[in-house]
Amino acid sequence: MDPVIFLIQCLNAIQYGLLLFLVASGLTLIFGIMGIINLAHGSFYMIGAYMAFALEPLVSQYLGGGFLATVLACIVLAALLGYFLEWAFYSYLYHREHLQQVLMTYGLILVFEELRSIIIDNDVHGVSAPAWLSGTIPLSDVMTYPTYRLFISAVCIVVAVLMYWLLSRTRLGMMIRAGASNREMINSLGIDINRLFRIVFALGVALAALAGAIAAPVSSVYPGMGNAIIIICFVVVVIGGIGSIKGAFIAAMLIGFVDTFGQVLFPQAAGVLVYVMMAAILLFKPEGLFKQG
Amino acid sequence: MKKALTGTALAIAMAFGAGSAAAEVKVGFMLPYSGTYAQLGEAIENGFKLYVQEQGGKLAGQEVTYFRVDDESNPSKGPDNANRLIKRDQVDILVGTVHSGVAMALAKAATESDTTLIIPNAGAGALTGPLCSKNVFRSSFSNWQPGYAMGVAAAEKGHKNAVTISWNYAAGKESTDGFKEAFEKAGGKVVKHLALPFPQVEFQPLLTEIAALKPDVVYTFFAGGGAVKFTQDYAAAGLNKDIELVGAGFLTDGTLKAQGESAQGLLTALHYADNLNTERDNTFRENYRKNFPKLPPDVYAVQGYDAAQMLDAGLKAVGGDVSKKDAMREAIRNATIDSPRGKFTLSKSGNPVQDMYLRQVKGEDNVLVKIAVPALADPSVGCKIQ
Repeated sequence: MDPVIFLIQCLNAIQYGLLLFLVASGLTLIFGIMGIINLAHGSFYMIGAYMAFALEPLVSQYLGGGFLATVLACIVLAALLGYFLEWAFYSYLYHREHLQQVLMTYGLILVFEELRSIIIDNDVHGVSAPAWLSGTIPLSDVMTYPTYRLFISAVCIVVAVLMYWLLSRTRLGMMIRAGASNREMINSLGIDINRLFRIVFALGVALAALAGAIAAPVSSVYPGMGNAIIIICFVVVVIGGIGSIKGAFIAAMLIGFVDTFGQVLFPQAAGVLVYVMMAAILLFKPEGLFKQG
Repeated sequence: MKKALTGTALAIAMAFGAGSAAAEVKVGFMLPYSGTYAQLGEAIENGFKLYVQEQGGKLAGQEVTYFRVDDESNPSKGPDNANRLIKRDQVDILVGTVHSGVAMALAKAATESDTTLIIPNAGAGALTGPLCSKNVFRSSFSNWQPGYAMGVAAAEKGHKNAVTISWNYAAGKESTDGFKEAFEKAGGKVVKHLALPFPQVEFQPLLTEIAALKPDVVYTFFAGGGAVKFTQDYAAAGLNKDIELVGAGFLTDGTLKAQGESAQGLLTALHYADNLNTERDNTFRENYRKNFPKLPPDVYAVQGYDAAQMLDAGLKAVGGDVSKKDAMREAIRNATIDSPRGKFTLSKSGNPVQDMYLRQVKGEDNVLVKIAVPALADPSVGCKIQ
């Protein structure tokens, strides 16, 4: 492989891995800390993307526009949605079996897809990248790299650093980590676990929506886009170790590289390589790379 | 003389038909009315009903009654859904469907129960190949046809090296194989076929691979959301400046609004285009717009419309008596359909032998450039009907 092409492929791998991390980090938080298998997480990604599409004209009308304002609006609305959903639905699931959790969250997928169909429609829509990010950077003699993809990576890195800081350096992070390792203990220490869970859930939904919103200009928005990403996100969570942000980061990167180079070097096996890797890792580390608690 | 005789026979048959058999034809639509393909199902049904309506609500003097089943584009429910129409509703004619996997199940059920089936979209080669049967017809295309036509057109443009790319599933394989066959017959070379798992849309690694291979032209088979994302990523990667992107028509059908600037100028091949500007097509489009203002007259509507025309041709030959299955089918097979897309006939295997158009994207239309291949017939490999 030509060295320039090799480097571009590495860039592709990192960029894909970072985006996966952004979606999966929320999932691993919810899964690890609240113990809920949230199949509807992909729907939050979808909701974020559709909000970026639908809110853009509204934001430019009332707030003077701007891509960042749109994304910010998506995050705020998604967090509110998460807060509401936790109160209305998820809070009833903590003491239920996994099967019941799967049933309810799967039901939510159907509800969200139907709402999407009613409120927006069933068409594919493009979302344009902001003008200041729509340029490209020449990489080889025929290929250019869109600036916007680099922007996505930058956002993901910033979010990763912020989350690391939040979890390891703040009081909220300490409570979340404590909650992940021993739920009863933290409750008996006088911390309102219900409120904590509600915040974690809102955070997870906001992260997924953020990922959807910033991915929208490169992925376009289309029906079923959430279902396409949820499976690979569960792979990230399982490989990384349930509840571990660090694990999710490393797993997402691993998947980014395996998937990217697998498609190029072993095109016939590209579909299964990631899952083979997952099976191999689970064989030696049944609880994932960085099991919490 | 011969014509006069058939005319008389027809009149007699009609006279008898009107007296004895119930003057009704039951048509069963098995189409996607929900999910990603819902709009396609609606367009097909609209097209079919438009033709029947133009004939005064009757085909060959028979009232047409409709039955509908939503196939959900779900192959595992295919046999059950098909039997709902065949056994419960006892339809005379089946019309369906969009998804190739479901169409396979439908074709099997139709053949087992000896029901006439007209496929208004699904392009799987097997349907008019190994699975072909005297009761199965198609009003659309085989996946091979647009691929082959584009291969001819790409070679004519002087391209020598090509890369093909699609999802790793049957339709993509059949389409890119068609391209390869024509392109290499004309002296070109397909240097590599790239595939990614369905329905993945992270194209960046494969685009980088294309940049490394530097072919003259890239042929692609994507549809819907995948088509939008692929053209956008292709343009964003700057590849469109040096390496021409071409595709099967689905790359730019019903997706142009979302694709925006990235699709402008793309060449694709299909059996329909937006400005054929024939009297037949203009009338069809005008009538369709009048009756169904919400949906544009597109290739799917045409396919539904022509399914009704094929049925009409068959029914006319037997004076509306659907119990004369063999004669009706023989008539469909030998019919010349005056389609909005242009006249077409059917091959022995039941697939349209039709002009394939080269189209170019201008604004939100796929504008006709020229006929890429006239009267192209699917090779129907594996079909035993001779």
